[in-house]
Amino acid sequence: MRGIRAYVREHARDPNFIAYAAMGIGALIFPAVVQFATGGNGDALVSLAADGGVYVLLAIGLNVVVGFAGLLDLGYAAFFAIGAYTYGMLASEQLISSPLHHAVHIPFWIALFIGLFVAAGAGALLGAPTLRLRGDYLAIVTLGFGEIVPRFFRNMRDWTSGVNGISALDPPSLPGWITGPWVNTSFGWVPNFKFLSFNATAWYVLIVILVTASVFGVNNLYRSRLGRAWMAVREDETAAAAMGVNTVSTKLLAFAIGASFSGFAGAFYGAKLSLVSPDNFTFIISITILSMVVLGGMGNVAGAMVGGLLLYWVLYYFLPNAPQQASGLATSIGMDWLNHAVPNGWPGIAEFINRLKFILFGLILVSIMLLRPQGLLPSRLRAQELHRGVHDEPVKTVA
Amino acid sequence: MNGALTRTPAAALRSFRSSQVSTFIGLLILVGALALTIQHVLQQSASYFFQILVIGVADGAIYALIALGYTMVYGIIELINFAHGDVFTLGAFVSLALLPMFGVSEGTSGPGWIIPLLVVAVLTMAICGGINVAIERVAYRPLRHAPRLAPLITAIGMSSILEGAMYLWRGPFNLHYPNLLPQNQLIIRGVAIGYKDLIVVAIAIILVAALTVFINISKLGKAMRATAQDRDAAQLMGININGTIAATFFIGAVLAAAGGIIWGLYINNVTFDLGFETGLIAFTSAVFGGIGNIPGAALGGLLIGVIAAFNNAYFDSSWTEIIIFAILIATLVFRPTGLLGMRVPEK
Repeated sequence: MRGIRAYVREHARDPNFIAYAAMGIGALIFPAVVQFATGGNGDALVSLAADGGVYVLLAIGLNVVVGFAGLLDLGYAAFFAIGAYTYGMLASEQLISSPLHHAVHIPFWIALFIGLFVAAGAGALLGAPTLRLRGDYLAIVTLGFGEIVPRFFRNMRDWTSGVNGISALDPPSLPGWITGPWVNTSFGWVPNFKFLSFNATAWYVLIVILVTASVFGVNNLYRSRLGRAWMAVREDETAAAAMGVNTVSTKLLAFAIGASFSGFAGAFYGAKLSLVSPDNFTFIISITILSMVVLGGMGNVAGAMVGGLLLYWVLYYFLPNAPQQASGLATSIGMDWLNHAVPNGWPGIAEFINRLKFILFGLILVSIMLLRPQGLLPSRLRAQELHRGVHDEPVKTVA
Repeated sequence: MNGALTRTPAAALRSFRSSQVSTFIGLLILVGALALTIQHVLQQSASYFFQILVIGVADGAIYALIALGYTMVYGIIELINFAHGDVFTLGAFVSLALLPMFGVSEGTSGPGWIIPLLVVAVLTMAICGGINVAIERVAYRPLRHAPRLAPLITAIGMSSILEGAMYLWRGPFNLHYPNLLPQNQLIIRGVAIGYKDLIVVAIAIILVAALTVFINISKLGKAMRATAQDRDAAQLMGININGTIAATFFIGAVLAAAGGIIWGLYINNVTFDLGFETGLIAFTSAVFGGIGNIPGAALGGLLIGVIAAFNNAYFDSSWTEIIIFAILIATLVFRPTGLLGMRVPEK
């Protein structure tokens, strides 16, 4: 007990520690609080939070590539798609209608790791020809890859049902699961449990476990020899090579390991939605994940997670609900006339806010970046670099 | 880990050999693709081939105009200006709103529309240029010494704001752009070349030529090249860095606005999110030709337009984007600085 108290006191001023603690406690109490606050009708919100966990996982993975190794990846959604499609093909009736004529049903827990390895393999495959490229050329190759992969899945109609996507994916199953007051029943044991779409809490628990495992994994990687090699390559590739870092395998591993997280996330996302469609993995998704990482603070796992949660909340909760909220607010403060649409003029406050959503999203991105260029929770190492002026540029005080 | 992270001579030899092998495979794929294309082309008549070529060149001319803005901005501040595609759309939207004010509409016949159209074009270019300069001032300049990805994110944000503004303005509809260009066609040996196509290509050539001359001859052009090469040194030589960068954004937006007007006149259809996809393809063109290189961007745009047109006509159009991006990746792998890009020594 004393050890924990001392540990907390020692780290009480460390923003990362506070962020981890807040997210950890928040994740633990979130379902209970939501169910309590909504009177037991919080399943939709818990399910939304589970989807948010997918984006947190993606942000953690992209942070390895962009934040740790400094390789700009503009096509990260491609690996997400690869993970999801791998699960879709290996755990549904899909392959019966393919030239293979035989459905494959691999259990989720194994397919999760198959998705991971397939995505990692794709990452290495993409990385291999791009190792000669530097900086933004690399970014553009990843952008191209990100554009190709979803379209490829869409066009391979025989294997993936094209635009319709793969539906009716197998739910993960467990020999048993605990129920309790958090799903409005008494404590109990459910044998042969299947994760169906209405088991929001079960999905939530699963993604929290996946994210927690990933955070531990990625923090250990960061402190490993490989993590230091990534930073060396990020700061100065030529100097790193001169110091004996094998830049080729370092960069390849960054791509592969970064991609493996999205393979994880993709398999989970496909299983939860029970649908994989090419529209879910467009360039906008890549850009959104990148914004999460940069907004949160590149190179810092806690930062990427905070950025992921914040942006996810803005995009999937705040903006979709804002029109309704504004309409309600207008009514309650006695400005109900705002709700009445005028033909060929004022469209009503709800519709107006709805049309405003692109601008709101843009304003949020721009203003956060202008106020905190290093991100919300910058990596301490990178923050120091900012003031000392490394990279290719000379120390700024000279100029 | 130890073995994986240190490079042995044997490993270096292996990687050298594998790069030879990959070059060989790449060339093999290229030859195969060319053979397949030629076979498909030969199945159709020659006039069809030239017809497609005309369409491709006209599309490519528009891509080239947008690509120039990307390449100039990248050349000078190394920023992928994601908002540029939306400045292009804005050009189409602003001119669409201005045209009726100057009495130009679809029915207007005869050469009477030329002068008002030119006035509208100049106004549109000035407005778009001003907006792009303002974007630079607000969203990019404060972040010039911030981490490199910060301005990238504000560029994405600005793109979203511009799209949102156009959405708010005209809604999510397909807007009809007046069809003003003459519909006559010049038929040479069975190939129908529309005056439309010729005008589009001619305007693009004039603008690219003017830009090239401007960059190479004028004092501001020289300042731009100096700033692109070494910003600190340029500043020490007394060049106004902020002014030069603002001018670059202005010229880029002028070209994008011209592209937007031409797109409207040529395709006759615009939507608020047009610039997203088109901008991506134009950016690809800029990289394809060698980013930071002005003739390269023009060449890249032209080639991408032609490749897209050929794929749409002879193969399956749902594979067009895949082919464009695959060619882009292949080009970068074998010529990492694009077609005309110069190899910059490592610092």
